[in-house]
Amino acid sequence: MSSNLARVRKIKNQLALTVSLTAMMFGLFWLIWILATTIQLGVGGFSLTLFTEMTPPPGSDTGGLANAIVGSLLLIVLATLVGTPMGVLAGIYLAEYGRHTWLGKTTRFVNDLLLSAPSIIVGLFIYEIYVAKVGHFSAFAGVAALALIVIPVVIRTTENMLQLIPDTLREAAYALGAPKWLVIGKITLRASIAGVMTGVLLAVARISGETAPLLFTALSNQFWTLDLNAPIASLPVTIFKFAMSPFKDWQQLAWAGVFLITLGVLSLNILARILFRRRDQ
Amino acid sequence: MTNDSPDAALRRQIAVKNFNFYYGKYHALKNVNLEVFKERVTAFIGPSGCGKSTLLRTFNRMYDLYPDQRTEGEILLDDKNILDRGVDLNELRAKIGMVFQKPTPFPMSIYDNIAFGIGLHERLSRVDLDERIEWALQKAALWDEVKDKLKQSGMGLSGGQQQRLCIARGIAIKPEVLLLDEPTSALDPISTMRIEELLHELKREFTIVIVTHNMQQAARVSDFTAYMYLGELIEFGVTDEIFVKPKKKQTEDYITGRFG
Repeated sequence: MSSNLARVRKIKNQLALTVSLTAMMFGLFWLIWILATTIQLGVGGFSLTLFTEMTPPPGSDTGGLANAIVGSLLLIVLATLVGTPMGVLAGIYLAEYGRHTWLGKTTRFVNDLLLSAPSIIVGLFIYEIYVAKVGHFSAFAGVAALALIVIPVVIRTTENMLQLIPDTLREAAYALGAPKWLVIGKITLRASIAGVMTGVLLAVARISGETAPLLFTALSNQFWTLDLNAPIASLPVTIFKFAMSPFKDWQQLAWAGVFLITLGVLSLNILARILFRRRDQ
Repeated sequence: MTNDSPDAALRRQIAVKNFNFYYGKYHALKNVNLEVFKERVTAFIGPSGCGKSTLLRTFNRMYDLYPDQRTEGEILLDDKNILDRGVDLNELRAKIGMVFQKPTPFPMSIYDNIAFGIGLHERLSRVDLDERIEWALQKAALWDEVKDKLKQSGMGLSGGQQQRLCIARGIAIKPEVLLLDEPTSALDPISTMRIEELLHELKREFTIVIVTHNMQQAARVSDFTAYMYLGELIEFGVTDEIFVKPKKKQTEDYITGRFG
């Protein structure tokens, strides 16, 4: 009787294992295919001129992505600089001050909505309240849209990381007579800083590939510019434009751009993992 | 079990008067009356959930951190009621230090772990600060083990060392009272012994209140013992008397191991 039960359990276990392994392999298969295609088609377009020359008109022999690379970096850095402090501060509020308050619960709910909102909505929103009012696309609008995507991600990770800090550590600091802001600034935030930074890096990885919000805000630019009040080129929008075109050289550049973003996001994720592992030690 | 007689020149440090404590609607402590004497060790014993930690945590108003907790009655520290609304909690906690069940080193160096607490209440010159930190680590019997690695993280120490670091951190701000909430329950026997020895030293300068699950520990380290059960103080008195000839049957049942 009991050996029969054990055999049934063994079969169930193998079945569950097979099903989950198959599912994993199915998922990995596509991922590896995507990566392989990106490398195969992207490496061909890799050269020094990719970083030194501007996006070319169709049919020219030379050309690179310099203006798009710099534009993307500019947008990402500024959006992160705007979004990180707001996200971290709001995350601190949710974890340390408003944990059980009505305002805290509502903010958490709204933030979760924002976290899963399609990014094109964010783009349209900035278009409506800023771009349409001033009458032209600009890097400013792009930064605003990307920052709106950064904020909920950073809020969420900051809150989660602070909640992982055991209350005993807070109590120990309060027991020494420390005021609340010092307990947060010197103890809990410090204890979770690696996790918070991981959240910021993941947010950066996320906005590196965002196209939809930029279409309505920063648009794109064929030429070199650092003017934040003018349309600016970015890698995702350039890829979108070039990949859809019938021109071979544009398509090649689009693949090179895809490869570049993949490489960037990959290294950010690895960096995040290294940071996170250090926190655990 | 102590060398000096507990009755010699007893001075009152804390007086708990008609004290009741509620977690929401739950009545956790019922009409507790108790005195804690200066430079003596007072132990709270009793089975889990009897309210001994709750009582300890009212002495530094730890319950203020959480909503829905309420008190009635008085707790006098040097004849001032610490439960009054106007009491400055940071000042109160400078006078009443606390060490917790699990070691709680802050994520910073050994030196900064101690400097953090001092910096909250005093502005010391570098030399004075160094001196105070050495003093606290000496008192906590940790100096010899860490003097060459003060800049290293406090998280890298062993459990017993971390707990002594927490004691050093607590006494570095020179409190009058040190509260210990089951300070050795997460430690091995040798670390436990070292901390118990430490308490004998520390009570020369500090009033100590210790919550413990371990009755032998209470017998070894304390001058006074309070036995609590289901939120009530059953018996309070000189430790030797409580353990040798308790007045109440309930106390006797607990300390002889017939219950608990």
